[in-house]
Amino acid sequence: MSIDTEVTIEAPERPDTEAPPKIRPAPHRDFIEKVAGTLRYADDWGFPGMLHGVVVRAQLPSARIVSIDTSAASAVRGVRAVMTAADIPHNGILDEASGLGVDAIVQPVLAADRVRYDGEPVALVAAETPGAAAEAASLVEIEYEDLAGVFDPEEALRDDAPAVHAGGNRYVTWRSSIGDVDAAMQSADLVVEETYRSQRVDHAYLEPEAGIGWIDSDGVLTLRISTQVIEHAREIAEILELPHSRVRVIAAYMGGGFGGKEDMTVEPFIALLVWKTRRPVRMVWTRQESLLARYKRHPFLMHYRTGVTDDGTIVAQDVRIIGDAGAYPLLSSRVLFAAGVNSTGPYRTANARVESTAVFTNSVPTSAMRGFGAMQVVFAYESQMDRIAESLGLDPAEVRERNFVRQGDPRVTGETIDTGVGVGDCMRRALSELGPPTPPDPARPHTRIGRGFGCSMQPYGRSVFFADRASAWIGLEKDGTMVIRAGVTDLGAGQAASLANIAGEVLGITVDRTSVHIGDSALTPLTGGTFATRQLYMSGNAVLKVARGLRAKLEPVAAALLECDAAELRFDENRVWAGRRSITIGELSRAAEHQSVMPYHHDTFDAETGKFDPETGRGRSFPDCTHGAHAVEVEVDTATGEVRILKYVAVHDIGRAINMQRVEGQIQGAVAQGVGYALSEEVEVSGGVVQSTLFADYLIPTSVDLPDIKAIGLELHPGKGPFGARGVGEPPIGPPPAALAS
Amino acid sequence: MSKREISLQVNGHPVEAVVEPNMSLLELLRTEAGAPEVKLGCGEGVCGTCTVLLDGEPVSSCLVFAVQAEGHEVTTVRGLAGDGEELHPLQRSFLEHAGSQCGFCTPGMLLTAKWYLDGHPTAGREELRAALAGNLCRCTGYTKILDAVEAYRDLEVVHVD
Repeated sequence: MSIDTEVTIEAPERPDTEAPPKIRPAPHRDFIEKVAGTLRYADDWGFPGMLHGVVVRAQLPSARIVSIDTSAASAVRGVRAVMTAADIPHNGILDEASGLGVDAIVQPVLAADRVRYDGEPVALVAAETPGAAAEAASLVEIEYEDLAGVFDPEEALRDDAPAVHAGGNRYVTWRSSIGDVDAAMQSADLVVEETYRSQRVDHAYLEPEAGIGWIDSDGVLTLRISTQVIEHAREIAEILELPHSRVRVIAAYMGGGFGGKEDMTVEPFIALLVWKTRRPVRMVWTRQESLLARYKRHPFLMHYRTGVTDDGTIVAQDVRIIGDAGAYPLLSSRVLFAAGVNSTGPYRTANARVESTAVFTNSVPTSAMRGFGAMQVVFAYESQMDRIAESLGLDPAEVRERNFVRQGDPRVTGETIDTGVGVGDCMRRALSELGPPTPPDPARPHTRIGRGFGCSMQPYGRSVFFADRASAWIGLEKDGTMVIRAGVTDLGAGQAASLANIAGEVLGITVDRTSVHIGDSALTPLTGGTFATRQLYMSGNAVLKVARGLRAKLEPVAAALLECDAAELRFDENRVWAGRRSITIGELSRAAEHQSVMPYHHDTFDAETGKFDPETGRGRSFPDCTHGAHAVEVEVDTATGEVRILKYVAVHDIGRAINMQRVEGQIQGAVAQGVGYALSEEVEVSGGVVQSTLFADYLIPTSVDLPDIKAIGLELHPGKGPFGARGVGEPPIGPPPAALAS
Repeated sequence: MSKREISLQVNGHPVEAVVEPNMSLLELLRTEAGAPEVKLGCGEGVCGTCTVLLDGEPVSSCLVFAVQAEGHEVTTVRGLAGDGEELHPLQRSFLEHAGSQCGFCTPGMLLTAKWYLDGHPTAGREELRAALAGNLCRCTGYTKILDAVEAYRDLEVVHVD
């Protein structure tokens, strides 16, 4: 573990905020393929001679595996492989997830002698038909010895609780503090103390987990997967004890991810079956399997004490959070880190203490999901603000105004907020956009109209101690079309399209003359996965840097051709201009190559880095945050408790929009998920067994459950993304529960 | 179980196949009929992702047996655009209004919207909202989908006038 007690911050690469992009509305090719129905998702590929893979899952939440008998399964006609833990070269998933060396527990690919959650993978089958694979899977006989389990995180922390892993159920505790909380709390005029709970939810992307694998040329094990992270290729190589260079992961365009395809899904299982059978193997999880055993969002127990003066000024915050990690570490340490350091919300206080703990239980594991620990806490800190206002008889907006953080304020980690904060503008705009109250409907006497709002801050980019980086390559063809290569994966939010927009802005090349090759661990420069709202910040800045580098190489060539100074050049509409004279990009590309100035460029963007000391809880946490506020009007049926949303406004300071329409789409989609989280979604677990394994039970919002969502992206304070953009993928999911609750 | 020989029309083209009696129409379309644009979302008839038009009426193809489609006409999203057209105007409207993000619900959503507007060419926004309730989307929050459907409706109304 690296411990540096001093906070050291390397000079960041500052984004250039001087060149605002013009919006180029031309649709990127992937969206054309999507509406045409011709886009090939992970499950839309096949090979001659392809086998079908199935995972055999444990049917108890806590047990010892006494024996596994695969003979009946192997005897099924058409079965080509039945595998158990004993068949895996290295039965462990190597992902040092915290970045700080706190991960000592290795998750097995297949349970060997111990089952820790219901639905845990135990065996694999590959067969000539899906039917044969399913039949064989049902015939794998597993003898268990039932063991006591623990299903409640508070019980799990007791000394006598059954241990999920040797070494106790407390996986990690993060602590940070600033000022003197106890003294400040004693001096407060009012202390508001409350405990909040949030439930387990599922990503519920419409495309279930899927992929296909084969052995390609030169013996490279190749996997085409619905995944957010192609860099998992290395973990798969370690499992098979192959050189990293012998495994290639290609990311198909995803039918949604939301963090649920950030950890590996089908890919290690497909890899094992391909390697064993030397045949192509396809695997698709059923919806029911996904709901049963795919990693969920952490349920949180959040204990808040907030001390305020009579005028509503916060003088102290004391926050304790317990997150249910389920049976394995996965990304829980990072999720609870994000929860802790963001738990005080967009409010300043000189005295704060936060503690966040991830606890093992024998429940389905929890890991990344849109909002990543920093969204559960929004409900808690905003509820505290409403209680403070209510207790003091003050206007809730006024109490917030009094406490909003500003640029230059310290955070609980001791670091300073180094970009502008627009949360107050967002709140005022959201409240004014809500307009006059809807009058009660006399035909519905049991109903009341209510209004609420909530504010939030949410980081974008990875924790700075990961020293994040992203690479990209851009080249010009002889006809002037552009090729971009970047290892980005595309969740459907337009990640590839944004890269075309950014490079096109610098090089004057339109989207229809651009091809973006993404997500191939063998052929595209690696960018890191699409998560943590980092791709615009990381790959966006990488592509911007590469595009500018390429332009700098080509400008002397263009200036000579156009007989002008390089400073006079303008790249626009697939031409380079000097006043009213111009050449095409194709002419420039050919002339450059003729002069041995190669019309391509590769470079790497390094994110801000910094140190965080887990012992003292001080240092740098995240590169930056996106702020916002949501306001809502609802009709509540006082007889049935039914809530109908009449109006919804969501406002975020996004710094600069690369494409405002996609920004609005991200906000609207996140609001929908946040509303589902608040009103209808819950993965119900009883005795460690997930009960809601049907889409008929797990209720995501339909079109009639939501009103039109008015999404507003304000371009107030430049962030750290390209052209001053701020990430917007995750931030809007936090406020809906808070707004609805208030 | 003995296999059955069936024939049907998919987007105007004849398809003949020999199928198990328990094969779903969805599986037939994806595996034998060259129509992977029909997507599997839940397999329990809830999400609407696998919607196709069966003789012009929307059905969840995961809940229909392939043998039930014998002699019938199936339309998938690729059957919307006319000959020589890359996209139907409704598809173009989805593109223009960003009614599609990950795109997985889009084929089913387009078919339901097209079917409803064919029968209710002047439907208002709230009617359209209700008409799409059986097609889940996890990305858009539905607002831009409704924008796209309304813009297409207005296009068609003007066209009729």
